[in-house]
Amino acid sequence: MSLAAKEKWRKRIVALLRTVLLIGIAYVILQPLIYRFSTALMSMEDLYDQSVRWIPRKPTLRNFRLMWEHMEYVSAFGRSFFLAALTSVLQLFTCSMVGYGLARFKFPGSQIIFGLAIFTLMIPPQLIMTPSYLNFRFFDFLGLFRGQPLNLTGTYWPFILMSLTCTGFRCGLYIFIMRQFFRGMPKELEEAAYIDGAGPFTTFWRVMIPGAVPGLVTTFLFSFVWQWNDYLYVTTFMAGRNFLPQALEGAASRVAKAIDEADALASSSGFLDDHFYSLINNAGMLMVILPLLILYIILQRYFVESVERTGIVG
Amino acid sequence: MKRKRRPMSFSRRQKLAGFLFTVPFLIGFIFLFAVPFYQAVVISFSELVLTPQTFELKPKGWENYGYALQVHPEFSKTFTEVLVKLATELPMIIGFSFFAATILNSDFRGRTFVRTLFFLPVILGAGVVLKMETQDYAQIMVTHLAEGAPFFGGAAVRSFFAAARFPAGMVDYVIDAIQALPTVIRASGVQILIFLAGLQSIPREVYEAASVEGATGWERFWLITFPMMSPLILVNVIYTVIDSFTAMNNELVVLIRETMLRGAGYGVSMAMAMIYFVAIGLILLAVFGLLSRRVFYHV
Repeated sequence: MSLAAKEKWRKRIVALLRTVLLIGIAYVILQPLIYRFSTALMSMEDLYDQSVRWIPRKPTLRNFRLMWEHMEYVSAFGRSFFLAALTSVLQLFTCSMVGYGLARFKFPGSQIIFGLAIFTLMIPPQLIMTPSYLNFRFFDFLGLFRGQPLNLTGTYWPFILMSLTCTGFRCGLYIFIMRQFFRGMPKELEEAAYIDGAGPFTTFWRVMIPGAVPGLVTTFLFSFVWQWNDYLYVTTFMAGRNFLPQALEGAASRVAKAIDEADALASSSGFLDDHFYSLINNAGMLMVILPLLILYIILQRYFVESVERTGIVG
Repeated sequence: MKRKRRPMSFSRRQKLAGFLFTVPFLIGFIFLFAVPFYQAVVISFSELVLTPQTFELKPKGWENYGYALQVHPEFSKTFTEVLVKLATELPMIIGFSFFAATILNSDFRGRTFVRTLFFLPVILGAGVVLKMETQDYAQIMVTHLAEGAPFFGGAAVRSFFAAARFPAGMVDYVIDAIQALPTVIRASGVQILIFLAGLQSIPREVYEAASVEGATGWERFWLITFPMMSPLILVNVIYTVIDSFTAMNNELVVLIRETMLRGAGYGVSMAMAMIYFVAIGLILLAVFGLLSRRVFYHV
């Protein structure tokens, strides 16, 4: 066999192995999603039917309908969307600013500030959640404000304040991403702007931000997704309000109660067991995830591009 | 008389601008991070009493720590379990994400699609969904069925390798590793991203020069790719540790939360969190010390 033919065969085998491997990994990644879809569409008979594995024999949208109603999906969605959009836009703004300051300017203490940003990532948020809660519950501007302390829990203020000061959930990571991204951008643009008489802030706003769109999209995506999925912050600062996480957690028992009241027979016949919860919870989880999936599919082009071009890590 | 101020030099102005850019974070770090952190330390040494108007702290010394470590029925056990689990999964996550990044970095059709797919767990497997997943009975049932399946959990495999005189510890690790594979793959999204970015940043010329000099693929990997990627291995180790110990389905995180809401109260839960934090801090320091001397920095 000639050398070229050998090389061709080698390439084919490598490609085949790679394809098999990738299909396997893709299955592992997609399996929970497929599982969730198939379970959410099942009726109770399908769940107990041993011969039904993936494709429900009697598909029903009942689980979705029940969850839609009892999660108060529309209002919970609206609240969660507003919160995630609010925090991610604010975080995008401040974290990119801080990231730029750390990427392009050398001043005494800049290394220390960068270290502190990474340090905030290493502290589990659970650790400072109780004192943070107390500070926002009895908010007195840390002693500067005389008189009755304000109660900021149940409002959006804790989230606004934390986002504006880059101390929200995983903000250290966003600072890191933006710093790396700005470091990878060519210096010539800024130099040209300075020569034309622009100050650092004008340069940042008019020259750097428009050039950093892929990095900004990555940060926005992370920040939006993590705020959307977040359970800890939203249950601490917004206790008792119906955001998607609370809605998802509480809905199953409300559904059960409603069915119980409508049909006492159902509960006595063992209809409302853990598996029933599993059906409706899977429907609920899908309803929480689906908006993110759509957002990701829309933005993934920028997301993958930002990785390709400069990389999150320079 | 008003003295006329000299205009600032360019470099001083730049330094000031840089500082101003980072001011929001500094304010936040001091007031919304350092202060609560200090308060958390104080609470861990006291008993917190909440009243509708304000809150009170009664100092208790080391009592909360003693309670967490010696009296609490589950803390010590869960604590060790979580650390052992982390120690087993960490090398696998790093290994797998490095491997996946190398595959995704090569050229093939449908690459963009596969990449999109690989980062999907970053989007889907976080926060409340992860929390609900641990309560999903049907899923737990399915997982148990799969684990009981004849091949992987099987005693036959174990006894076969034991008969072949493989050390039992190694066989167990490999079997556990295979079972943990789905978890590992789903926990590797961001790490793959970081490695992939690193691979992209290695200049192509370096490889070309090596090929001209007659380096084989094997040599190119170990003498170029690996050293160039070593700082990122460090970054990923740290990220993985942080990610796993702040995850919503981490047993210890669940325990700390339960303790706070329904158990022995704020003081004890803060003490538990402190113990956990210090342990993780020490592990990170050890890893950092161990790896950072071997890391190669490309100038």
